[in-house]
Amino acid sequence: MALSAADVLAGIKEIVEEVAGIPAASIELDKNFTDDLEVDSLSMVEVVVACEERFGVKIPDEKVTDLATVGDAVNFIVNAAA
Amino acid sequence: MSQRRVVVTGLGATTPLGGDVASTWAALIAGKSGVRLLTEDWRELLPVHFAARVATEPADQMERVEMRRLDRSEQFALIASREAWKDAGSPDLDKERLGVVIASGIGGVITLLDQFDNFKEKGARGVSPHTVPMLMPNGPAANVGLELQAKAGVHTPVSACASGAEAIGYALEMIRSNRADVIVSGGVEAAIHQLPMAGFAAMKALSTRNDAPERASRPYDADRDGFVLGEGGGVLILEEYEHAKARGAKIYCELVGQGLSSDGYHIAAPDPDGSGVQRAIKFALSDAKLSTKDIVHLNAHATSTPAGDVAEANALRLALGKDSDHVAVSATKSMTGHLLGGAGAIESIFIVKALQVRLAPPTINIEKLDPAVTIDVVRDQPRQLPAGQIAALNDSFGFGGHNVVLAFATL
Repeated sequence: MALSAADVLAGIKEIVEEVAGIPAASIELDKNFTDDLEVDSLSMVEVVVACEERFGVKIPDEKVTDLATVGDAVNFIVNAAA
Repeated sequence: MSQRRVVVTGLGATTPLGGDVASTWAALIAGKSGVRLLTEDWRELLPVHFAARVATEPADQMERVEMRRLDRSEQFALIASREAWKDAGSPDLDKERLGVVIASGIGGVITLLDQFDNFKEKGARGVSPHTVPMLMPNGPAANVGLELQAKAGVHTPVSACASGAEAIGYALEMIRSNRADVIVSGGVEAAIHQLPMAGFAAMKALSTRNDAPERASRPYDADRDGFVLGEGGGVLILEEYEHAKARGAKIYCELVGQGLSSDGYHIAAPDPDGSGVQRAIKFALSDAKLSTKDIVHLNAHATSTPAGDVAEANALRLALGKDSDHVAVSATKSMTGHLLGGAGAIESIFIVKALQVRLAPPTINIEKLDPAVTIDVVRDQPRQLPAGQIAALNDSFGFGGHNVVLAFATL
């Protein structure tokens, strides 16, 4: 099932707020998970697993390091679900 | 050079009687029980349907996002440490002179079991990346050390139900030996879960008085039938005396000594001749340069088990001799339940408060005093302690035969 980028972004906002306590309003496509949002490596694992469950996609561990920004994650998930 | 002296300058706690020291102490002096029926369905799987949960849930005292990365024992440690640190006036010191010694008897057992449930349901991918930092027994100390940026050392002695007292003793030595000027010390436990409860029940260690939970923890009563599992913890700020004076800190009292011994007798049962307990008391008095005459109050381990209470009472009688006639013995587990690794810490706080306000807390639920108990138990109502310079002892024992005695004195 195809996912829209807007839906994925909304979902990631909810997940990051839940996992890391970052207000959804401050989570934007160009924000870097580590540098801007201060999501640490352990919490990033939680974000990835939550995204997999929510969007029904697989995010291999070797891909996770490529997902620097929220936009990277949205693109990956939209493509993986297509 | 004379020995560096160690004083208590801050207290913090979250217990079955209250979410802080003030509410806990008020309930303790009022003789209230913190024991309640459990509300979880799993209680029906056990022979014991009650426990002493903390009076204030951590969710009411900390942020949700912080909570989800912390085991319940770590939550208790942070809550108690924050209160204690604030009570001490948030001392401003070189972090290389600040240490943390916080114990737990069992560690993050609830996390371990919950994550195993996740694993069985969802596989390896379902296991939280926070699992290991949450289940490690040093997690409570480590999280407090991180928050306060303590760099003199962060430690976690483990000796079952003596752990909390052992942590305070370890902190005493760290300051005496000049490794640190201030130590955040204490103990916590969060083990109210069906598995550890089933384990204690299998040992026949828990009371099964399901029809009257508030009456179940009854140290020294002739009809006691086991301990009541409690949760929570306590933290004391220990500080080198001159350091505390120099910054104008409020000083509660002095931690004057500790005595340690081991039974070499049985993995769980108390040594009936109590020689290990007697030696620990003797060592504590000697370390504190006190005699039995100086002791006016003792907070007993007294968990409400048939064998343990009498063995301890006999050992106290033998160690204190004729002077035990003027030692007001309080068994506060009658109200708090048994906090395992947190017990020695909250009971040390009770001693500090008792010395401060000159009041020994009551022991509740003694309907008929066990005739084998020949010490002076403070029953039902708190008892006034004498004026002048006074001292008190806290004893704690753990499965494995660990004995720890701490000695506190007014300045």
